[in-house]
Amino acid sequence: MTDLAAPTFVRQDLVPERPTPVRTTGFLGFVRTRLLNSPGNILLTILALLLLWYVVVPAIRFTLVDAVWTGKDRTACLAEKAGHEVGACWPYIQAKLSQLMYGFYPEAQRWRVNLTFLLGAVLLVPLLVPRLPAKGLNSGLFFFAFPVVAFFLLRGGGFAGFGVSWAAGLLQLFEQSISGAGQALVNVSQTSAIGPLLWLLGKLIVLIGLMIQWLIFPLTWLRDQLQASSQPVWIDFLLTAVIVSAVLFVLGGGVRTGRRALVGSLVTFAGIAAIIRLMGLDRGGFALVDTRLWGGLLVTLVIAITGIVASMPIGIALALGRRSTIPLIRIFSITFIEFWRGVPLITVLFFATYMLPLFVPSNFTVDGLLRALIGVALFTGAYMAEVIRGGLAAVPRGQAEAASALGLSWWKTTSLIVLPQALRFVIPGIVGSFISLFKDTSLVSIVALFDLLGSLRASFSDPNWTTPTTAFTGFAFAGILYFAFCFGMSRYSLFVERRLNAHRRN
Amino acid sequence: MTIAPRKPPAQFALRLKRALGGKAGWNGLAAQLAFAAVLAWIAYEIVANARANLETQHIASGFGFLKYNAGFDVSQSLISYTNSDTYWRVFFVGLLNTLVVSVIGIFFATIIGFVVALCRLSPNWLLSRIGGIYVEAIRNLPLLFQILFWYLAVLAALPAPRQSISIFSTFFLNNRGLIVPRPISEPGLDPFLAMLAIGILAALGVRRYARQALFQRGQLIRIWPYVLGLVVGLPLIAMLIFGRPMTFEVPQLKGFNFAGGARIIPEFVALTVALSTYTAAFIAEIVRAGILSVHKGQMEAGSSLGLSRGTTLRLIVVPQAMRVIVPPLTNQYLNLTKNSSLAVGIGYPDLVSVFAGTAVSQTGQAIEIIAMTMGVYLLLSLTTSAIMSIYGWRINRSLGT
Repeated sequence: MTDLAAPTFVRQDLVPERPTPVRTTGFLGFVRTRLLNSPGNILLTILALLLLWYVVVPAIRFTLVDAVWTGKDRTACLAEKAGHEVGACWPYIQAKLSQLMYGFYPEAQRWRVNLTFLLGAVLLVPLLVPRLPAKGLNSGLFFFAFPVVAFFLLRGGGFAGFGVSWAAGLLQLFEQSISGAGQALVNVSQTSAIGPLLWLLGKLIVLIGLMIQWLIFPLTWLRDQLQASSQPVWIDFLLTAVIVSAVLFVLGGGVRTGRRALVGSLVTFAGIAAIIRLMGLDRGGFALVDTRLWGGLLVTLVIAITGIVASMPIGIALALGRRSTIPLIRIFSITFIEFWRGVPLITVLFFATYMLPLFVPSNFTVDGLLRALIGVALFTGAYMAEVIRGGLAAVPRGQAEAASALGLSWWKTTSLIVLPQALRFVIPGIVGSFISLFKDTSLVSIVALFDLLGSLRASFSDPNWTTPTTAFTGFAFAGILYFAFCFGMSRYSLFVERRLNAHRRN
Repeated sequence: MTIAPRKPPAQFALRLKRALGGKAGWNGLAAQLAFAAVLAWIAYEIVANARANLETQHIASGFGFLKYNAGFDVSQSLISYTNSDTYWRVFFVGLLNTLVVSVIGIFFATIIGFVVALCRLSPNWLLSRIGGIYVEAIRNLPLLFQILFWYLAVLAALPAPRQSISIFSTFFLNNRGLIVPRPISEPGLDPFLAMLAIGILAALGVRRYARQALFQRGQLIRIWPYVLGLVVGLPLIAMLIFGRPMTFEVPQLKGFNFAGGARIIPEFVALTVALSTYTAAFIAEIVRAGILSVHKGQMEAGSSLGLSRGTTLRLIVVPQAMRVIVPPLTNQYLNLTKNSSLAVGIGYPDLVSVFAGTAVSQTGQAIEIIAMTMGVYLLLSLTTSAIMSIYGWRINRSLGT
């Protein structure tokens, strides 16, 4: 074992040092590996650089270097006056800024718009920061209180009654409609083959209408008494507060557990009273501003925010309806969703503008902005339903099963167990819908509403500012505005998504 | 002692309950009845109000107006149209214009979308960043904004016809649109088209035969020479026998305008450019997600089997990526078609613009016209989604799940 063959060769000197490997880190390494690692890639890099050169340089020249910054009218932005090639004509934006922001909203009343924007921002920002507390209260304020306050701030006006009067009015309308339908059936029965049957049905419906009339008689009587009094709004308000609080107290469990509900209701009513007092809604409120005068970013934001707020309940109801096992409700939900998702938004807006006024009684006039809002809400609601359905499907079955094992009813299972989890899952989806809704609001400029894009387009026709670069300047400004909103929201949605999936990250 | 199996209880009542009220049983039935009553009431309200309103506003109802003369001109139509034609023809003119802008838009959107997706996937950092910027910039701006930008800013800033931008002296771009050579059909056109159709059909047959041979007998037939011969050769022979199928009339600048050639209206150009670049950004994301969804191991397994990179891509990666890509891609095509209705913003005579716009303001019959317009789009999207669900079903079946 020891007589190993003598080694014939033993290397005496060290192996020469190899050259250091090509750096793959740092800036140079990055350039080598990601930009210039093969002939093909070198070519692509050169092409990309050329593309950047021909896009970025003219863009910067246009917006900054060659731009005109001050001036009174179009002459400042003409090449002859400026003495060089003229880029963006920023004085034009300065002159039109108020139109692009507020439309023709009266100058003296614009503080109301600013106040609304401020209020919205103050309520929205804490809602978006996940770490801040009191999300329930905050979202309640933003989704319920803010729209009402914003409505009276922006439009102005007040009301003559409160809960009791409104309920009485609505129920009376309902009763009239039912009686009308019954009467129509009775009239039809005289010419129809199945006349007696129709007559019977019509009389039955008329009878139901009559019963409703008796049932609501105390309410209408109360309303008439209230309206005759000196302080209709406040008495009505107090009555409503007492009735609603009492009902909530009883529903909440009476003396044993109802105190919480009672306190909550009383605090809410106190808040409402403060708002009514502060804005003087009982005395007619602010001066009315016709929605035809609204415009610019104001209309864009109003439509986008109303659309998203209104589409949430529609979407939740439709999504639950589509998952329901009750045949008629499921079929209705599917039809409704697929119908609105199958048609372009512009036809929906045409529908809302031209057809909707025909569908309401002739003594109602539906405001132009409101029509567009209804169309947008229905359209977005259908899309929202699909987003929320995705969230509902993502909640594990065991959650609902565990809830029913605990003896919770369907309503409690849905509202306490399933929906909260589902809504958490779909926050990025909701933000995504909001982005597309925000972009889609530009379509209302086609049905004669002046949103940001519509105001921009209208401002092009001002002869005081027609220069070769006016259109480009306007589009640059509006583009930056749209991009800032949409890009910011999409980044936010990414952030939330990452936070929600934090436990899955490895 | 034997225990006789217990008879299952009679379940008619239970089944009936399930069928009528779902899981909620009789409560569900009651809810349905109440819901039906509410729906009936709303329907009654709508019909009664509409009837009363139409009567007070003296608007006719029914589809009789479709036979009346429209009496307005349309700036672009594929079928012959004069202002003494009927509304029914206006409907078709608009529909065809919608379809043509959609098809051309889809064509360009697909090409741009795939190119941008490849850019984003490229190992070249700069190129992938440029792709990313394109997608972000386009997706975060409203489509109508982009359409108006192309129409009011870019196309309006183009020079007058005399200073047209000329591309190979055959295409001319100016502020009145794009002037292209007009194809003029010659007697050889019909045989040419017939031969082309026969060639394509025969090529499909050959492909089918070759696949059968491959799957049943393991015989590999190289088909591309036959396919080339059938699709290119047959029409060439027809051309040699019957003469050229068509000639092109090249536009010439005469005085202040162009003579000859066909003018593509600027609205069409703006709409096509905006629609295709906008949809391309979405398509790029879909394609990118689809290709990234194929596991890296698939590519490695392919090369370990000795397949070349191209074959691996063609046979292994792309088919699996397509499975992910196709459904959302069709959805984007559908979106493009629906978005083409924004044509009304710049006055391109599409279905919404001429029919739901001009025709409504002339006849006032909003209910019928808007219902017809919505119906067309609804039909398109329902057909597409039906085809897509068949496709999904087939994919699932072929995967054996």
